[in-house]
Amino acid sequence: MNGNFDRTLSSEDVMRRRASLLQRMHIDGQLLLLLLLLAAGGLFVLYSASGKSWDMLIKQAVSFGVGLTAMIVIAQLEPRFMARWVPLAYLVGVGLLVVVDVMGHDAKGATRWINIPGVIRFQPSEFMKIIMPATIAWYLAKRNLPPRLKHIAISLALIGVPFVLILKQPDLGTSLLILASGAFVLFIAGLRWRWILGAAAAVVPIAVGMWFFVLKQYQKQRVLTFLDPESDPLGTGWNIIQSKAAIGSGGVFGKGWLLGTQSHLDFLPESHTDFIIAVLGEEFGLVGVCLLLLIYLLLIGRGLVVTVQAQTLFGKLLAGSLTMTFFVYVFVNIGMVSGLLPVVGVPLPFISYGGTSLVTLLSGFGVLMSIHTHRKWIAQV
Amino acid sequence: MPQPIRLKDHEKDARLVRSRVIAGAVVVVALILALVARLYYLQVIQYEYHSTLSENNRVHVQPIPPTRGLIFDRNGVIIADNRPSFSLTVTRERAGDWEQVLDIIVEVLELTPDDRALFEKRMKQGRRPFEPVPVLFELSEDQIARIAVNQFRLPGVEVAAQLVRHYPQKEHFAHSVGYVGRINEQELKKLDPVDYSGTHHIGKTGIERFYEDQLHGQVGYEEVETNARGRVLRVLKRTDPTPGKDLTLTLDLKLQEAAEAALGGRRGAVVAIEPATGDVLAMVSQPSFNPNLFVTGISFKDYAELRDSIDRPLYNRVLRGLYPPGSTIKPMVAVAGLDAGVVTPATRVFDPGFYQLPNYDHKYRNWNRSGDGWVNLEMAIMRSNDTYFYDLAHKMGIDRLHDYLSRFGIGQRVSLDMFEEAEGLMPSRDWKRARYRQAWYPGETLILGIGQGYMQATPLQLAQATALMANRGKWIRPHLAKSIEGKPPVDENPMPDIVLRDPKFWDYARNGMEMVLHGPRGTARKVGDSAVYRIAGKSGTAQVVAIKQGEKYDRSKVQERHRDHALFIGFAPAENPEIAVAVMVENGESGSGVAAPVVKQVMDAWLLDENGQLKPEFAEPRPAEVLAHER
Repeated sequence: MNGNFDRTLSSEDVMRRRASLLQRMHIDGQLLLLLLLLAAGGLFVLYSASGKSWDMLIKQAVSFGVGLTAMIVIAQLEPRFMARWVPLAYLVGVGLLVVVDVMGHDAKGATRWINIPGVIRFQPSEFMKIIMPATIAWYLAKRNLPPRLKHIAISLALIGVPFVLILKQPDLGTSLLILASGAFVLFIAGLRWRWILGAAAAVVPIAVGMWFFVLKQYQKQRVLTFLDPESDPLGTGWNIIQSKAAIGSGGVFGKGWLLGTQSHLDFLPESHTDFIIAVLGEEFGLVGVCLLLLIYLLLIGRGLVVTVQAQTLFGKLLAGSLTMTFFVYVFVNIGMVSGLLPVVGVPLPFISYGGTSLVTLLSGFGVLMSIHTHRKWIAQV
Repeated sequence: MPQPIRLKDHEKDARLVRSRVIAGAVVVVALILALVARLYYLQVIQYEYHSTLSENNRVHVQPIPPTRGLIFDRNGVIIADNRPSFSLTVTRERAGDWEQVLDIIVEVLELTPDDRALFEKRMKQGRRPFEPVPVLFELSEDQIARIAVNQFRLPGVEVAAQLVRHYPQKEHFAHSVGYVGRINEQELKKLDPVDYSGTHHIGKTGIERFYEDQLHGQVGYEEVETNARGRVLRVLKRTDPTPGKDLTLTLDLKLQEAAEAALGGRRGAVVAIEPATGDVLAMVSQPSFNPNLFVTGISFKDYAELRDSIDRPLYNRVLRGLYPPGSTIKPMVAVAGLDAGVVTPATRVFDPGFYQLPNYDHKYRNWNRSGDGWVNLEMAIMRSNDTYFYDLAHKMGIDRLHDYLSRFGIGQRVSLDMFEEAEGLMPSRDWKRARYRQAWYPGETLILGIGQGYMQATPLQLAQATALMANRGKWIRPHLAKSIEGKPPVDENPMPDIVLRDPKFWDYARNGMEMVLHGPRGTARKVGDSAVYRIAGKSGTAQVVAIKQGEKYDRSKVQERHRDHALFIGFAPAENPEIAVAVMVENGESGSGVAAPVVKQVMDAWLLDENGQLKPEFAEPRPAEVLAHER
């Protein structure tokens, strides 16, 4: 026993000594490498998509730096510490959403921002993207799995409040992402298949109900345009026709960096934000998009490995949900730009211009790193 | 019953999570593959379609208007050219607050609120995004300078240059060359939309209108890359336009000026033709107007002034003015009488001062109330004896008279290339029946014999009839174009020459005409006396107000505008004619006294050198037989 213990101790010492700087900083090398790859590629595409704007490039790089810092800071926090503070964070987040609803500032016709001039300006809905899955994970981690009906109902209520508040802003894209992030926790926690299928079956009547009572006119228009973009080629169908033309005209190898005509001649709307994948498709072709998808796939794969290897149930549920939500970003964005899905305002992770989403995403990966690097070796024996 | 306490089973939880992660991974891979499939569909299967779509987005075809052909007089003096004209354009997208920019323009150029309202109207007219809207045309140097100085206050404002038609000779050729103007809506419907896609102006009258197809040229193209807002970024491919063909006219600027000077400010028309070629050497309709006014759009005030002027400057008297030819028709009637055999050169008629049809009371008066006594054909022309021609016309009858005079071009278009030439009128029995539902009266034939009655001719027709006398019946349609890019115009519909039974018949009539100026009792002998060469001519008077039977024409009682028009036709030198001239002086009253000196001045300008001598190329020895005949 003693000898065994000694050996274990000594082997742990060896590991500690071997532990690289990264591990001591609680940073996952594989995730970091993939994220840097993505960010570098993203800046390349953004330079072209923004019409060679150094200004935007620098801003994006700075945002990436801020995001990396946030990621590293969050990676230092122990998952247990997070779990302790999650309920409070959830309440604060919901409170801020209510504040936004009541007195938020207008930006692009939608009320999404909290703005204290000179101090801070941020979207509470972004904050909720991490707090939401964490809250459900915290709640379910204390229950027996698979969750029982009562726990599911409470979980859904916890998801529902911010979902409705964000939907009212109105921000369909973000609210659906928040809903998904909560739902993924339930899924990973082993929500029974028959209930999943039942929910899927309920989607149709719910969708019909949403159409008549919830969706705003512009949101309905987006869906109609998605179903038949040619019906209004100069109005709402313009975006999708032009983005498909941009991607399609790229062919297998693309037109070459900075040579995409659709984006450089301004035929492609929102080319540096939500529709940036069209620029990538046009300039780098099928090969370029597939490479990007491969990097995303590796990131998601690493995330799922973190999920499986996580020691606490809270960690497993949170890591799994964050990873799956990340995938939803990628799928919804590319699906929308390529005309598979209706137009929903979801940016392409790490490529689209925009500091807020960059910081949120990197924070999420910070949580993943924290879960992965704060594992206790002894406890596993 | 207490519920069994469920203990947390970490192993079971981990297994559950692992299975769900695997399920999730399967879904992720499946959906990523779906995306790849979608991209493959767009980028490989539909590549052609989207490639075309994106190319069509980017590439636009823009027309380049051709440069309009130049017009020269016969000596190469420019009559119509193209000059850069500057217009002020505003691009709304770049102007920011464009209404304020308009205010600054009005302030800088010291314009009126009316101009401001016009600018605003032009700005609001339909256009593509980023298209510059022209708000002010024909900028002066001063205005361009003012705009340049204030450029910093005028975002989106540009001075743009374009080629605009210009007529350096101004009034001189307004009635022959005409002018171009902006294409109006009616014309737009008829024009080839491709050919005129870049052109804003089209020939409206005269040569500009008649030779529009040759002068316009062929449109060119530019394939340009544009962005989504229609702004041109660069030129990808260019097909140059073919410029319009240059046109050399038969007109002679110096002769034109001389003819205008000869009219001396009076209203009237002058046409000078070179008989051997049909070249129109001068074509004057006075008063005239400045054609440049019409090119960029004439102002309402200017146009009203021209339109409402009592002198009718817009009225083309040469081509549209219809006058009874009066006595100027007598030489042609004489030729007809000889050829028809109703008179011989020796036939004599006694003139008591009037003519009466058998069984009619009505007296057809000679202008000379006292009568000329016995007159033959040559004397009748020299004296312009009405009685002789009443008799001749009566013997010929309307049908033969109509046929012969029609062959001289009366009552039909004679020119080869003049726009909107009037046909005039050569009456006949059929015409009168159709027009008035009346039979032809013998008395109407009589007055046709002296060029009065229904007959109406343009100065151009009179000039052509004169040229036919000079040419002994050889028909060449009078024309304004000498060559189009070196090629003379072709007559697709030539008139048959007038061939007489005996070519000498021409000489009898021509001798009569020569005696008008050079005979002892010729009506225009005063003019003939001062000439250094021989002129054959004939005077005429076109009545403006009919005189009642038994009433005498008293000029003191007649208002100036109701006075007769003075006519004179002639050619010179009489033996080998180099120039045929017809002159009409509105309300000039006396053909011999007023119109004949104009004719002579025009001939002098053409035939004489600076020393007042016949130019050597025109001085040919006269054939002996003509000399013999003269005595």
